[in-house]
Amino acid sequence: MRRDVAIVSWASFETPSEPARNEVELLLPVIQEALGKVGLTQRDIGFTVSGSSDYLQGFPFAFVGALDAVGAWPPIRESHVEMDGAFALYEAVNVLQEEGIDTALVYAFARPSRGELDRTLTLQLDPYVVAPLWPDARSLAGLQAQALRDKGIDVPDVPPTQVSDGGVAVVLAVGDRARTLTDNPVWIRGIDHRIEPSSLGVRDLTVSTSTETAAKVAGATGAQAAYLHVPYPHQEHILRTALGLNGQSVDAAAGPMMVGGLERFAAAAAAISAGKATRAVAHATSGPCLQQNLVAVLEGAS
Amino acid sequence: MSNRVAVVGVGQTKYAAKRQDVSMAGLVREAAKRALDDAGMGWSDIDAVVIGKAPDMFEGVMMPELYLADALGATNKPMLRVHTAGSVGGSTAVMASHLVSSGTHKRVLVVAFEKQSESNATWALSIRLPFTGGSVTGAGGYFAPVIRAYMRRANAPDHIGIKVAVKDRLNALRNQYAHLKLPDITEETVRESPMLWDPIRYLETCPSSDGACAVVLADEDTAQGTPNPPAWILGTALRSEPTMGAGRDTVNPHAGRDCAKDVYAQAGITDPRNDFDCAEIYVPFSWYEPMWMENLGFAEEGAGWKMVDDGSTSFEGDMPINPSGGVLSSNPIGASGMCRFAEAALQVRGMAGEHQVDGARKALGHAYGGGAQFFAMWVVGSEKP
Repeated sequence: MRRDVAIVSWASFETPSEPARNEVELLLPVIQEALGKVGLTQRDIGFTVSGSSDYLQGFPFAFVGALDAVGAWPPIRESHVEMDGAFALYEAVNVLQEEGIDTALVYAFARPSRGELDRTLTLQLDPYVVAPLWPDARSLAGLQAQALRDKGIDVPDVPPTQVSDGGVAVVLAVGDRARTLTDNPVWIRGIDHRIEPSSLGVRDLTVSTSTETAAKVAGATGAQAAYLHVPYPHQEHILRTALGLNGQSVDAAAGPMMVGGLERFAAAAAAISAGKATRAVAHATSGPCLQQNLVAVLEGAS
Repeated sequence: MSNRVAVVGVGQTKYAAKRQDVSMAGLVREAAKRALDDAGMGWSDIDAVVIGKAPDMFEGVMMPELYLADALGATNKPMLRVHTAGSVGGSTAVMASHLVSSGTHKRVLVVAFEKQSESNATWALSIRLPFTGGSVTGAGGYFAPVIRAYMRRANAPDHIGIKVAVKDRLNALRNQYAHLKLPDITEETVRESPMLWDPIRYLETCPSSDGACAVVLADEDTAQGTPNPPAWILGTALRSEPTMGAGRDTVNPHAGRDCAKDVYAQAGITDPRNDFDCAEIYVPFSWYEPMWMENLGFAEEGAGWKMVDDGSTSFEGDMPINPSGGVLSSNPIGASGMCRFAEAALQVRGMAGEHQVDGARKALGHAYGGGAQFFAMWVVGSEKP
């Protein structure tokens, strides 16, 4: 990357169930907090990008209404991924390589408590062959845990799929702009993501080749801490192995769907900013049994 | 200065109401393979895949890129999924171009699709939200009053929408991939077709199509070695505004004007009517052609319809609009925007076949979505910038 990109601010919110507030009401305080911490308003933002899933909202174009949480007036340069917010951040890092676009707002949100997440996630599978059999997300995670046990690896039982609602916002800025916004910019030194095939039968579920490759390309070595996105506890073992973690402090969390990965960036940035680490890995995952993984290396001022 | 990016491959499927001969994976692979063939590349030459489509409920598959990963050769590669409503085909191409201009990747496969026959788009568009009134109007019901407002504001005669409907269907006869083939269409048959959402008649609206469109984007070094001429990307832009707001002008949206201004500045376009040789713009209802002519600065406000009336936007006119037949002839929603971007590239590459505009050197690709609030555009040219 030609231009160094830093996380300069963040805010997040998670609750088991948020029945009272709609998406805009949920996101507005999170975005305001993230922008406010560095004295910015939406008008100062060069690129805005979000991550969410219509199927978790229960209606199409969920992200369109959520746009009211940023105030897209006058019109803004904006995009959206139907993915975890961490992948929106990846887009933002690339767009920030353009001269003249110096700041970005990345946010994600979801309220999966509205539906039955386990069954909803079935719709991510091959729609002609697998999905009609309605294997739920927890059952697929169970196959993965059993595959680990079959190799003699002791892993915890698979708990019910975590369902929580929430939102997260991260503000990015390039080079000197980041330094003027905060005394402690958290630099994104490397970032990459990889995907594996959908069919569980063609994958070795006990390893994560996509995480390994992403970590290699991102240059994820020498970190003191790792902030892992772990929807089911047995997956921590797979990710630790793929990332070659040995002795580093590891913080594993699931977080709300679509939010959890980007929240790991916020958590890692908070730790670096607080002086708990100078170099940390942030990780996000998507899809059944860790199908897609993103790895980034974050670093404080040296 | 960001790295130069070029379109070196374009692939499209045959568009049809129901492509029951292929699965979704087969559909996207058909377009992707054609784009790779055009680029002289194989699956292993691709660094990353970016896929776009409109709401997941249109097929009933949540985040279908997960299921489509290996069909698109993305195994152990980066894969992104963009969704920005009807503009998504354009936004996906813009996002993918940033992956090359940033220097992250050299060769990116970009695919957009919709397989509307898998589900029911009007159902998916009509789900009632809690605590809000349901409208069940579909997109036509939403845009009809906006079109009526334009007609009143511009004093546009009723036959303008009819002329666009005929023109785009005749253009589609020259496009091997087009869904609708209506060789006998006349202004009379359009006028007599059923009124769906006054003033939008049946033949003034787009079809529901299955289909996919793909492009291969490449960096400068790669583009200089590909078998067919590249289309150089001279500028890209995105703009969004809210669905509702006191200051909004839904007829001539602020975001569309800003988006055009941004992309023209990058591409050195000062007089779009003269500087472009043709344009592929997102016209799902016939009246949107004159409306976008004004929004995009091809005509003064209130004068867009005159370009239609005097034949300027026809295939033989001085500013051919949608020589491919446009969205009015093929509408795989999530891909419709990318079709515009890809067709603009084909024109400046001189590869548009029977609907090639003679000597096209600069072209505009345009897409819009939501309540005419999301815009994506790119300008492509035959000369390296």
